[in-house]
Amino acid sequence: MNKLTNAVWNCFGKASIHIAKRDDIAWWKSWIIRVISVVMALIVCGFLTVALTDLNPIDVYVTMIKGAVGTPRLVWNLLQNTAILLCVSLAVTPAFKMRFWNIGAEGQVLIGGLATATCMIFLGEVVPGPVLIPMMFVISVIAGAFWAFIPAFFKARFNSNETLFTLMMNYIAIQIVAYFTLEWSVPKGSGTPRTLEFGQLPMLFGQKYLINIIVVILITVLMYIYLKYTKQGYEISVVGESENTARYIGINVKKVILRTMAISGAVCGIAGFLLVAGTDHSLKSDTAGGRGFTAIMVSWLAKFHPGFMVLTSLLIVFLEKGASKISEVYRLNSSFSDIITGIIIFFIIGSEFFINYKIKSNRKSKEEN
Amino acid sequence: MKKIVTLLLVAAMLVTSIAMLAGCGGETANEDFKIGFIFLHDENSTYDKNFLDAAKAATEELGLSAEQVIFKTNIPEGNECYEAAADLADQGCDIVFANSFGHEPYILKAAKEFPEVDFCHATGTTAHTEKVANFHNAFASIYEGRFLAGIAAGLKLNEMIDEGKITAEEAKMGYVGAFTYAEVISGYTSFYLGAKSVCPSVTMEVQFTGSWYDEALEKEAATKLLSNKCVLISQHADSMGAPTACENANVPNVSYNGSTKDACPNTFIVSSRIDWAPYFKYIINQRQKGEAIAYDWCEGFEAGSVALTEVNEQAAAEGTQAAIEDAKAKLIAGEIKVFDTNNFTVEGKKLESYLADVDTDANYEKDTEVIKDGYFHESEYRSAPYFDLQIDGITLLNSMF
Repeated sequence: MNKLTNAVWNCFGKASIHIAKRDDIAWWKSWIIRVISVVMALIVCGFLTVALTDLNPIDVYVTMIKGAVGTPRLVWNLLQNTAILLCVSLAVTPAFKMRFWNIGAEGQVLIGGLATATCMIFLGEVVPGPVLIPMMFVISVIAGAFWAFIPAFFKARFNSNETLFTLMMNYIAIQIVAYFTLEWSVPKGSGTPRTLEFGQLPMLFGQKYLINIIVVILITVLMYIYLKYTKQGYEISVVGESENTARYIGINVKKVILRTMAISGAVCGIAGFLLVAGTDHSLKSDTAGGRGFTAIMVSWLAKFHPGFMVLTSLLIVFLEKGASKISEVYRLNSSFSDIITGIIIFFIIGSEFFINYKIKSNRKSKEEN
Repeated sequence: MKKIVTLLLVAAMLVTSIAMLAGCGGETANEDFKIGFIFLHDENSTYDKNFLDAAKAATEELGLSAEQVIFKTNIPEGNECYEAAADLADQGCDIVFANSFGHEPYILKAAKEFPEVDFCHATGTTAHTEKVANFHNAFASIYEGRFLAGIAAGLKLNEMIDEGKITAEEAKMGYVGAFTYAEVISGYTSFYLGAKSVCPSVTMEVQFTGSWYDEALEKEAATKLLSNKCVLISQHADSMGAPTACENANVPNVSYNGSTKDACPNTFIVSSRIDWAPYFKYIINQRQKGEAIAYDWCEGFEAGSVALTEVNEQAAAEGTQAAIEDAKAKLIAGEIKVFDTNNFTVEGKKLESYLADVDTDANYEKDTEVIKDGYFHESEYRSAPYFDLQIDGITLLNSMF
């Protein structure tokens, strides 16, 4: 018996079950567990809905689906929001794979957005669109990468705590952006950001968010290839598994940390660019909208696999959009829909437990022993 | 057999046509009518609660069913606002209303895309220059309400002076403002002038929070003003931060957006607020009649758009209610003006001329002469306030642009 099972056994005392780590699980079994968890979450939410309101839970779920995909506009909106969340999630993934806890995506996105907005304001009237937009893109990438490079540098040089460092960098970024929002607000002093007229991303086939979506699809594919098939991607995994091993086989760990964080920040910069130039056409301190933190969950839930991240980010945005429709249609405080979303996500995260561990009946295991 | 079928058909047609006629005579136009509201926060913000309550009251009074009235709460001032407005248009709304200043560019964008829907926006400034036929701004002459609230404050100060609690020179009020922006400046200046009209020695300090809604910051600002020996506090920010700080310190508070008496029974004096119900009824009626909605609407006491809550006898000075009624009648009659240039000075001088930034532009160019006939014409050239002068007697502790 391993240590963990022992500990759990002690906790359970005389209970007739115990928990053991699974060695491996067939992919279809893990998906069955996930689906069951979602169904159970929906049942629990159903009971809660009946208990707290006099609504029919089925109606509530139908409303939720309508709110997310009810009209073509809503579908595009869903896809666009998914794309941005996915982009940030992809950005934090290489760092996470390296076991570098980049909690600073929010700030990196904002700094990328600030770079974009700066170009749009100061170069908008001077530089024509076809030149301006690539410029904005490049500068945002550099800005995001720079912002992520700072904590990476301190980590590599002085072994500072990257979790706290990246977290604190968020607040600095938020304050810098808040300062410029006020500085640029129209009318002055109102705190309302100005609309950035020049350098907006063009529509594609009459769809204003299509460019965003295509860019993020490209990043997804590239990130998948980068992590899975390149030497650098392999180095990231090795450093993540064990820094000592990495050193032993001659990987320059510091260099990998710096490079990977720069990439992480650069992709965040792209997200900021897409948000400011592609959707919002303005910049505020809440432009990133907490996506830098939600992305952590998206990335973990997908176990750092870019393909699964498409699903997890879609799920989260779907729940969010559906939930706001619930409060709209039934005039419930948004707390109610937040509770529903929270329960569903809780069950999904919980399902990972049952995928990684199995519950055994004690009697049976004694016989085995 | 044929006959019976024909008879039945005729009968069926008759029934349908009668039903249709009855429908026409009744409220067919009203039944298809839909209005959508976009709110920045939900009922937890005093600002949004004020709008929500008015929307519910107005739509109920006009007999609109729940299906005809859609509320979208917690819509940020970003692209989400445009998406929300477009979604409301998709859902068949005839009117879309948004309540936050920062919603304006996104509502304007939606207005250009959906010319058949009327988009109404509270507190905005660009409708009178943009001239988009279906985009409308609205506000109320709330500075007059603030002036009356200021009178209640001034009377309270007088009471404290009479009771010997403070000297006339110590009559210093504190004001928690959101941003150093015309709407706030106009508000605190009219409040101060109201107080000064009954308590000539009054002075005031203003602390800005840099946010329209931040409970902790507003409480902190109020606490700072209290430690500066302000003996009465008012605020133009939307949380319960300042009123709560006052109740804890037992210092009188003149509130905004609605009564805070329940939470602050010992210190709440009175509150001015904009009642949006008259505007909501106006836009719904105009739309249903097929008549145009004013592009820049501003009303005051007479339309019921500016209202004062009940005076809290527990905290207010004696005779407050009567003094408010008296001043209100004079304001309506035009006998007194809030921004009478005889009643305030800027850098020690009486104001003879002032160009205000009425037409919004990126360079904040001053464009309109607003001093005529001896007073500053607030909210006359556009509905949203544009009084942004720093008058003597008011000290700004910080500024937040």
